[in-house]
Amino acid sequence: MNQSIAFLLQESLQRATIRGPLKEAVVVEGAPYSYRQLWEDASHMAAALNRRGLQRGDRVAIYMDNTWPCVVSIYAALLAGGVFLIINPQTKADKLAYILGDSGARFLMTDAHLAHSFKSVVSNLPDLAAVICSGAEMDCVHVESFNTVLQEPINIANSESITPLDLAALIYTSGSTGNPKGVMQTHQSMLFAANSLVRYLRLDDADRILCVLPLGFDYGLYQLIMAIELGATLVLERSFTFPAQIFARIQEQRVSVFPGVPTIYAMLLSIHARSPLQLPSVTRVTNTAAALPDDFVPRLRNIFPNALIYRMYGLTECKRVSYLEPELADQLPGSVGKAIPGTEVYLRSAEGQPVQRGETGILYVRGPHVMLGYWGQPELTAYMLKPGQLPGERVLCTQDYFRMDEEGYLYFVGRNDDIIKSRGEKVSPIEVENAMYKIPGIREVAVVGVDDETLGQAVRAFVVLDGTVALTEKQVRTQCLARLENYMVPRDIIFCVELPKTTTGKVSKKLLMEQFPT
Amino acid sequence: MATSRKIKEYILQNFLFTSDTSAIQDDDSLLDRGLIDSTGILELVTYVEETFDFKVADSDLVPENFDSVNNIAKFVASRQKA
Repeated sequence: MNQSIAFLLQESLQRATIRGPLKEAVVVEGAPYSYRQLWEDASHMAAALNRRGLQRGDRVAIYMDNTWPCVVSIYAALLAGGVFLIINPQTKADKLAYILGDSGARFLMTDAHLAHSFKSVVSNLPDLAAVICSGAEMDCVHVESFNTVLQEPINIANSESITPLDLAALIYTSGSTGNPKGVMQTHQSMLFAANSLVRYLRLDDADRILCVLPLGFDYGLYQLIMAIELGATLVLERSFTFPAQIFARIQEQRVSVFPGVPTIYAMLLSIHARSPLQLPSVTRVTNTAAALPDDFVPRLRNIFPNALIYRMYGLTECKRVSYLEPELADQLPGSVGKAIPGTEVYLRSAEGQPVQRGETGILYVRGPHVMLGYWGQPELTAYMLKPGQLPGERVLCTQDYFRMDEEGYLYFVGRNDDIIKSRGEKVSPIEVENAMYKIPGIREVAVVGVDDETLGQAVRAFVVLDGTVALTEKQVRTQCLARLENYMVPRDIIFCVELPKTTTGKVSKKLLMEQFPT
Repeated sequence: MATSRKIKEYILQNFLFTSDTSAIQDDDSLLDRGLIDSTGILELVTYVEETFDFKVADSDLVPENFDSVNNIAKFVASRQKA
């Protein structure tokens, strides 16, 4: 293999392993793992997957926390010639079953502590060829132990036939239609996006990139993809739940890149206000998922005195759209900058016509980072991907409204759908409503987002009971928690006698918000 | 032990929204169970500060002090002695 260019994601790993086999690839909660270890473990697991029948293009679902087995599983799936999809470990049984079914996953990589969710699900999925589980030994006939499987010899390698145009991952994302959709990304699109980010973030192989975001979230996943592509080091933590632990890790591991979302930055600032916090090893701070309040940038410089601070905008359908050069952060408050390197963006009216500079339009994105579509959803794909200028080309219509100034800098105006952004996570109101309609005693429900200083937006549910079951606010939330990820569970439950309707009989969220102002 | 019962009750009420005491074991990892996250931990800290009347430093926010009912009870006990 030509050592300078990787065509496939696993080739980045191979190249980094050849260049620096003993270099730390990933440090998981303080425990270091070298490139050689990652290459070897992933190769063993890949051979085991092939031996269990994995064929080119088969989906490997990874339902795990940010752990070493999770990282190994990602590259094992790729080396075996498969397509990986990562499911957030907060996902409950119903949605797990949906995603496994929707993706047609043939393999499930998971962890014993998630058994309460996956145990009931896997027995109903005849397509599953194997369930491989890390952590405690499980007393379950269909479940194999990750560590035992890892001992199997390497004697098959299937990924030779894979091309850069093959799918590498399905990245599930919530949408305004209710069920999550699998965004199809190829090796080519992911490597392109990773290299574009590397270029504007000015990263190299000496960087030590922190990841406290779930690997199931593309923002988290790309920290890994970038680190491996660079031959750099990923400092992987399970979450940001214990900030003191993260601060200690940043210092001990000399972390240089800190990717976060506004909720994390709000917490950092409030901690800093109580007792001063300084993280001088960090040279790059990045924000996406939701807009960073304007006054955060100067305040964050007190915590990160040596860092460039990046405001960015993106959506899973093309990974990242734009970034603002950090040197311009103070000059252009509110702007998310320009298209990432190697791509372009433009605005169009609802009718598809060009709009004047300074006027609001729908943002279109053109570049090799644009998804192939949603897995198994041609109609939804057609809504987002439109014909481009060149024959056969497709561009991404983000369906988000933006304004562009005279110099081409982008300003976010609003979304075209009712997606709620809470803690940087996308919450689909319909998905929450659908889950709540399954609660006995609820006749009608409407879910909206309301502004919140720390969360960005908080989830609020207006509930009408049918009178058959007396439900308290707490009982409603318990039932929600059994069906939804924590961040989707409504913070506020407001009981109403009825929900205001439009003339066509649909619930009017606009009237609701007017009737119940915060 | 009264402290751990109180803490457990709080966690059941506020993170699991139930009073079924079998819903969680005293040494269950709250992270593993997906019960707390970065905003949940702050609620938990506020509760501990108000109920047991001492200040939790940011440097105390580590799993050894907050990742299970037992850990929290031990942490509270060590602070009350001090």
